[in-house]
Amino acid sequence: MAEYMILLFDDETAWASASPEEYDRMLKAHGRFAEQCVELGGKIINSNALQPTTTATSVRGDVVTDGPFAETKEALGGYYLIDAADLDQALAIAKLVPVLKGGVEVRPIMVF
Amino acid sequence: MAADRAAPTGGGGVPEPLEAAAAVRSAVADAHRREWAYVLAATARVAGDLDLAEECVQDAYLAALDAWTKQGVPNSPGAWLTTTARRRALDACRRQRTLRDKLPLLIDPEPAVEDVDSSLTPPDPFTALETRASPPAASSSPVPSNVPDDRLRLIFTCCHPALAAEAQIALTLRLVCGLTTHQIAHAFLVSEATMAARVTRAKKKIAAARIPYRVPEAGELPDRLRAVLAVVHLVYTTGHTDPTGADLMQRDLAACAIDLARMLRALMPDEREVRGLLALLLLTDARAQARTDARGRLVLLEEQDRRVWNQDQIKEGMSLIPQALRGGRPGRYGIQAAIAALHAEARTYQDTDWPQIVDLYDVLMRVWPSPVVALNRAAARSMVYGAQAALAEIAELEQHSAAGVASRADRPFAGYRYLPAAKADLLRRLGRNAEAVKEYRAALALTEGAAEREFLLRRLRELGADG
Repeated sequence: MAEYMILLFDDETAWASASPEEYDRMLKAHGRFAEQCVELGGKIINSNALQPTTTATSVRGDVVTDGPFAETKEALGGYYLIDAADLDQALAIAKLVPVLKGGVEVRPIMVF
Repeated sequence: MAADRAAPTGGGGVPEPLEAAAAVRSAVADAHRREWAYVLAATARVAGDLDLAEECVQDAYLAALDAWTKQGVPNSPGAWLTTTARRRALDACRRQRTLRDKLPLLIDPEPAVEDVDSSLTPPDPFTALETRASPPAASSSPVPSNVPDDRLRLIFTCCHPALAAEAQIALTLRLVCGLTTHQIAHAFLVSEATMAARVTRAKKKIAAARIPYRVPEAGELPDRLRAVLAVVHLVYTTGHTDPTGADLMQRDLAACAIDLARMLRALMPDEREVRGLLALLLLTDARAQARTDARGRLVLLEEQDRRVWNQDQIKEGMSLIPQALRGGRPGRYGIQAAIAALHAEARTYQDTDWPQIVDLYDVLMRVWPSPVVALNRAAARSMVYGAQAALAEIAELEQHSAAGVASRADRPFAGYRYLPAAKADLLRRLGRNAEAVKEYRAALALTEGAAEREFLLRRLRELGADG
């Protein structure tokens, strides 16, 4: 098994304007995803949702700037750290991650 | 055995050293073309890392030059090379146990490696060493049936969707076809350093992201196979049209693509699209000699000397088609092959069964709707319904494709040099020369390949104009 970080990129405005029903639907979808991940033979090690990019602060050297590192329409909004057999399994799991409008990025964890 | 191994000589005496050396060099070169993928794929499973596997296989080919000169060319060069390369990989792994720990993915504990080796070749002094260094082999089966499948694992790994398309092609040519980085860089008109970086990056991603070394399961096979076939097809078309080079044909790439398609067909005999692709490549390649004249200038299908078409390739390509089309909705390559077959069968351009070709393009449009197919269909229709009708159809296509697309550059036909070229040809046939000249010039502005440029300029000269 290897660890992969699944990074969730989504449209923050879509989240901000989501109705309570939609919010609820997404939360349930993530609950279902956790079950599906296990069914596929993977394991969620850790996961979190992030506060919106308006709360982000970037640091480059000594320079501290307000905002996220890359200003794009789809921002990093959360992550899952998972355990999977290989990239194929990690991708199969990643395809099930619920997102409103965006998508996810899968990155292997560096092993030292 | 000894008689088989000796290089052929005139009178049965001792071979002349120079002659023998040349025979060995040619045997090694032959084994390189035929067996590279087999040897590398089998070695990769032991090495656990494509880089190491490649190094060991290169070493094995070098060692073959020397060993075969001394001992004669073995009966099965592929088995000799595999054994040698796998032994080197095993040695390297033993020296570097950490490598196994870091990259265990490609290592397949079953079947026992030494067992496979000893089943391929007679015992030799090294076998004892290997047996001592490894746990006793559990099974005594002959050559396991999954050994040839290693080549499938290799090509599916090279064409994994997590790799960029250009990296898939580079890796396939390098690892499956055994081309050098220099050759691949030359074929794709990038610097050797750029191509080397591309290959290295892809290999690093395979290792770091743990792209598995396996044949996809049934559920994902159709999608994954499509990617593999697209790579093989692109290798062929790169060799066939050479969009920016001075030579119309890059025969090496075309030959590689056909070899790849043959290999896939042997390994996946039931896949209809594999059959269809091989048929398409053979039927297209059969016309290769006729596509250029003695001065290297492009000759259109209409003007080709059909007597120089390769009848063996046509026969082989045709024989594949019935089964490529049978059993359910035919795929993109099977239909394209069927169209190529109708051209191959026709005695002359005019004699061609154009109505059936139009029908096949209609089917192709449903399976693979694309502006390129639409354009080809319009050209085929011009042979049935006349140039005027085809022109109207193309105009409609342009309008249709422009609708709903905001930017000009995003339109499906934007920058597509065959659109003005097709229009120019139809206008020329209708005697609307001034308009034809305008379209030929538009096509010329989009065309970089020397042979195609020369063709367009020739057409312009025929119409009394210049570029």
